[in-house]
Amino acid sequence: MGKLARKIALVGAGMSKFGRNFPEKRNPDMWIDAWLDAVEKTDNGIEPKDIDACYVGNYSSDLFNHQGHLGPQMADLVGLTPKPAARFEGACASSGIAMRQAILAIASGVHDVVAVCGCECMTEQPTVNVTDVLATASDSIFEYPAGATFPGLYATVASAHFKKYGTTAEDLMRVGIKNHENGAENPYAQMQQSIKKLMDSKIAKYTSQGRDLPDWEDEFDFLKSSSNPVIAYPLRLFDCSLITDGAACLFLAAEDVAKDFTDTPIWVAGTGQGSAALSIHDRKEITSFVATREASRQAYEMAGVGPKDIQIAEVHDCFTIAEILAMEDLGFYEKGKAIDAVKTGESKLDGALPINTSGGLKSKGHPVGATGAAQAVEIFKQMRGIAERNRQVKFDVERAMTHNLGGSGASCVVTIWEK
Amino acid sequence: MSDEKQFTIESYLEYIRNRKLMGSKCKDCGVTYVPVRKLCSECNSTKMEWVEMSGKGELAAFTSITVGTPYFVERGYDRKNPYCFSVIKLDEGPMISAQLVGVEESKPETIEIGTPLKVTFLESEVKGETKVDLGFEPA
Repeated sequence: MGKLARKIALVGAGMSKFGRNFPEKRNPDMWIDAWLDAVEKTDNGIEPKDIDACYVGNYSSDLFNHQGHLGPQMADLVGLTPKPAARFEGACASSGIAMRQAILAIASGVHDVVAVCGCECMTEQPTVNVTDVLATASDSIFEYPAGATFPGLYATVASAHFKKYGTTAEDLMRVGIKNHENGAENPYAQMQQSIKKLMDSKIAKYTSQGRDLPDWEDEFDFLKSSSNPVIAYPLRLFDCSLITDGAACLFLAAEDVAKDFTDTPIWVAGTGQGSAALSIHDRKEITSFVATREASRQAYEMAGVGPKDIQIAEVHDCFTIAEILAMEDLGFYEKGKAIDAVKTGESKLDGALPINTSGGLKSKGHPVGATGAAQAVEIFKQMRGIAERNRQVKFDVERAMTHNLGGSGASCVVTIWEK
Repeated sequence: MSDEKQFTIESYLEYIRNRKLMGSKCKDCGVTYVPVRKLCSECNSTKMEWVEMSGKGELAAFTSITVGTPYFVERGYDRKNPYCFSVIKLDEGPMISAQLVGVEESKPETIEIGTPLKVTFLESEVKGETKVDLGFEPA
């Protein structure tokens, strides 16, 4: 594993509000919001003249919005034309890949500063179309005709994990409950409500309508009820991430110029990327993602650290089972042991290894092409101690990780960040 | 077995339409591919031969889907009538995706990973055309 030829820092990061923003906000509008937020969070300011290129991560504007060629479109909106601009696609890992390509371009010496855009506007389409567009990230020839949907593919993975390790539906529910608790503290999140609060508001609604009250004693009762329908057994609605519109913006800079923008740069200590067969049936294992294992192996090696050195992580919880797999495949826990950590609360905000302090894809939302960049935004905030409301972790974060997965695990980018 | 048949996806699908589950076997390293591949991704050989699968295997993973794809929805599957997507490990080694039938889709907790399965070919009428899709059912 080679090293980066020069040190690279994240000097500014920001995002748009995530949510059902269309038609009030489309990709260009959300990107400008994210850009302005990132400029504001760049200590000494940053201007187009400081930036050499614009790399855009987006999954499927073609099918969601009938718009291709986002690179120059986004560059123009923030005054970056005629500089190089291009779009990168790797399903839900699109902006993780754009970010990694920016890192490699700066390391090469060709560019000193690159702006990374991640964006996706999904709600322009009705849900049935969104599901169909997402399905194109899996195998269209062999999985799709067999009935695969995206929740279906992760549910299939879950079934094998349940069988092999004794994982249960309750274990998955704990992941969702935890991420919603974090998302409730994130003003940029799509669903800023804990599952307890959602349950209580449902009971209040039933009461005002004079309907029979459900006998839910806690969130688990609520999550096992018909209010949380099965989408693809064993996954229910609250095991699935959201359909979201949003954008994120990162400014990455070479060591030589990073200090022009901030006195507290967040360094890229390691970057890795992995791949796997598109179809789950073409992989050797169902309960572990080789792309995650490979990407993290590279990132750990480049950073010269191991899983125990990571203090917080944003992992790709497109489905609750995906967070469990990530905790294991990133090496934080042995296979089959992540559920114990979830049970004891280790991954909670005040736990030993807080995971998805942003609320994750589950609660913050998952505008697929924006997700990888948005994960870095959260790490940027946590490492600088500026996370909003009550979700700032209580210790000084020296080292953190982002884990961005594409499709049903066929693409993965892992980045290790250091102060 | 027709040796002239190219090792392409279309050839594989044509076999399915003719109710045969075929794979390609690498003559150099012996790995079998279902669906078929022309290039062995284990040893880079292109010396392939067609082999017919026994159609026997076991259930490796599955789900019962209540919110299905348009292709399944237009054939009558919905929340009250879910269908099973599954991954099957064939006796010959490879895994393949297929609809699982002959099980209680509405009671997925009764379906067991490891259940012995056999191939079946599922016929349906789509826009006046007869389609044949790969399926598996308990052996």
